[in-house]
Amino acid sequence: MSEVKRGYVRPLDVKHGRVDMTHGSGGRSMVQLISELFAKHLGNEYLGQGNDGAVLPAPTFQGRPGRIVMSTDCHVVSPLFFPGGDIGCLSVHGTVNDVAVMGATPLYLAAGFILEEGFPLADLARIVESMAHAAREAGVPVVTGDTKVVERGKGDGVFITTTGVGVLPDGIELGGSRARPGDAIIISGSLGDHGVAIMSKRENLSFDAPIESDTAALNGLIAAMLATGADLHCLRDPTRGGLAATLNEIAGQSGVGMMLHEKAIPVKQVVAAACEFLGLDPLYVANEGKLIAICASADAERLLATMRAHPLGREAALIGEVIADDHHFVQLTTSFGGRRIVDWLAGDQLPRIC
Amino acid sequence: MKYIDEFRDGELAKNLALSICAEVQPGRNYSFMEFCGGHTHAISRYGLSDLLPPTVRMVHGPGCPVCVLPIGRVDMAINLALDHGVILCTYGDTLRIPASGGLSLMKAKAGVGDKSGDIRMVYSTIDALQIARDNPAREVVFFAIGFETTTPPTAVAIQQADAEGLKNFSVICCHVLTPSAISNILESPEVRQWGTVPLDGFIGPAHVSTVIGSRPYEFFAEEYRKPVVIAGFEPLDVMQAILMLVRQVNEGRAEVENEFARAVSRDGNVKAQDRVAEVFELRREFEWRGLSVVPYSALKIRQRYAAFDAEKRFNIEYRSVPDNKACECGAILRGVKKPQDCKLFGTVCTPENPIGSCMVSSEGACAAHYSYGRYKDMH
Repeated sequence: MSEVKRGYVRPLDVKHGRVDMTHGSGGRSMVQLISELFAKHLGNEYLGQGNDGAVLPAPTFQGRPGRIVMSTDCHVVSPLFFPGGDIGCLSVHGTVNDVAVMGATPLYLAAGFILEEGFPLADLARIVESMAHAAREAGVPVVTGDTKVVERGKGDGVFITTTGVGVLPDGIELGGSRARPGDAIIISGSLGDHGVAIMSKRENLSFDAPIESDTAALNGLIAAMLATGADLHCLRDPTRGGLAATLNEIAGQSGVGMMLHEKAIPVKQVVAAACEFLGLDPLYVANEGKLIAICASADAERLLATMRAHPLGREAALIGEVIADDHHFVQLTTSFGGRRIVDWLAGDQLPRIC
Repeated sequence: MKYIDEFRDGELAKNLALSICAEVQPGRNYSFMEFCGGHTHAISRYGLSDLLPPTVRMVHGPGCPVCVLPIGRVDMAINLALDHGVILCTYGDTLRIPASGGLSLMKAKAGVGDKSGDIRMVYSTIDALQIARDNPAREVVFFAIGFETTTPPTAVAIQQADAEGLKNFSVICCHVLTPSAISNILESPEVRQWGTVPLDGFIGPAHVSTVIGSRPYEFFAEEYRKPVVIAGFEPLDVMQAILMLVRQVNEGRAEVENEFARAVSRDGNVKAQDRVAEVFELRREFEWRGLSVVPYSALKIRQRYAAFDAEKRFNIEYRSVPDNKACECGAILRGVKKPQDCKLFGTVCTPENPIGSCMVSSEGACAAHYSYGRYKDMH
């Protein structure tokens, strides 16, 4: 006669199992998924509280109270796994960076998962592990989360939304409206790595490019930059739409123009080559581990030296300056000696035909 | 980047610019048409007009496949996607061409009323064939547009489908011919009779010429006394070609010269030409945006491959649709007007909401000027 083991629950079959509707239904399966997969990798004292919300200490910066910065970001990348990263680490980096570019120290993350029925648990585990690793590296724990399951065909494997909270010390004022004519424009490294790495793995466009996404948390680099005391006016990470979109945004917010110098803009050879044959412009391609800094020109060299001493800013470069311009154009002196506008993108960059 | 950087060298460009300045004759104006959108794009992107003396004017030509496609052709594709339920595949820029009723393929994909089209962007005809193989129960139509550069891949796809016995694949053929368009411009009253569009020579196409060779242009040089210099799409190629054109004009020559000798021969790619001839034949006439109906200026699928002709398979007929009345794309494509001369330019017609086709592709004269050069109109 078999004996019913008290409290025995068969462990989640992470190796062969798949997400099914019960994982989102509020029953035992859901609890099991959360405890054996999410909590296992992401666990920390706040997540471990197990309540509807995490109770967190009042945020302070170096013992003093500060203002709270909050940001949220939805991640819907395809493919989910790409050279140099995956949706998991990307969802941590993206939000950590959005908080950090405000000049704040990122403290906590919340994560929401929308899972599609049929998604392999092994892939989900890889994603969550990668997320946990990225969170540990950035020093920003995931303190609360949520999971929903949608029917097959109603999602694209996994969507992840992360929300970040950080503390901003008094005295730091960064923002898109603070660029002034004469300011220096600095980029922390080469452009377009993430976008090209993703494109190289799209199903209808596989090409072999030895390129990895630059996805990375920039809070360490930013802390080092802030510590220099340089007169920083704006930091921003040029993700979707690339450098071009971000600078156009800032130019509009600040009511200024910008003049870039094509020769000074770092682009890796392989990225330039991939863009060349696809008919794309690297200035419009997404980055996930780069930042643009706009600062008083007198402090530019000092800031550059600090950035270049950090592993994520080794290729930092001064790429242009803020100018007075009523039309708020971002312009570029071409390596060819001509001049042109670097405009907003109209929709997605599409390959040219002939 | 090897084979690229050499053709983007700023120092060499300055030297070429100096040579052009030194060789243009005082009191003489030079107007050259760059036929290809690829050249238009290079001129705008690298700011080449800043390097030219004011007496050298570049006139943008109609060599942008997206720009010359008339509304009625896009309507055919949208109709197939929405009303016949086909999977419609096409190249990137084509998705944004404005069609009737405020639609485009992109908008038809998002949905119109309770219908939405299964419209997919492909990078090559091979992708379209693969979609057909993967979806045997669906009709897959490739909306084929472009000049001689994109024609051979369409021919190969049709032959491949035939060889495989692929029954669910067909093509809307909108391939057009460069020489016919050049003749049309040279025969236009603005150039021939009234002289309102001064044209002293052409920069000949780069990629198109790799396929058709330089021989087809010899007729224009001889018959119309217009110099042609075939040039690559890199900025130095364009500068060098302009210098060569200035020299021809100065010396009273009208010849076909080949600046793009690294890729173009006199006879072109004969293998590709043969494939095209096997699959396609001349259409008696074809409507171009801007040039209106041009006889023998486009290709249709031969009877032998009629099974792959979407126009026949779905029994759809071309219906001409007039352009927006205020849109000057037609005149711009013929070199009669500049983008800035159009009332819609930069106001209601922008790359986000193109009214005319020249605002769609980055090769289109309006989009190139709007995206790269409009600061010049404002300062």
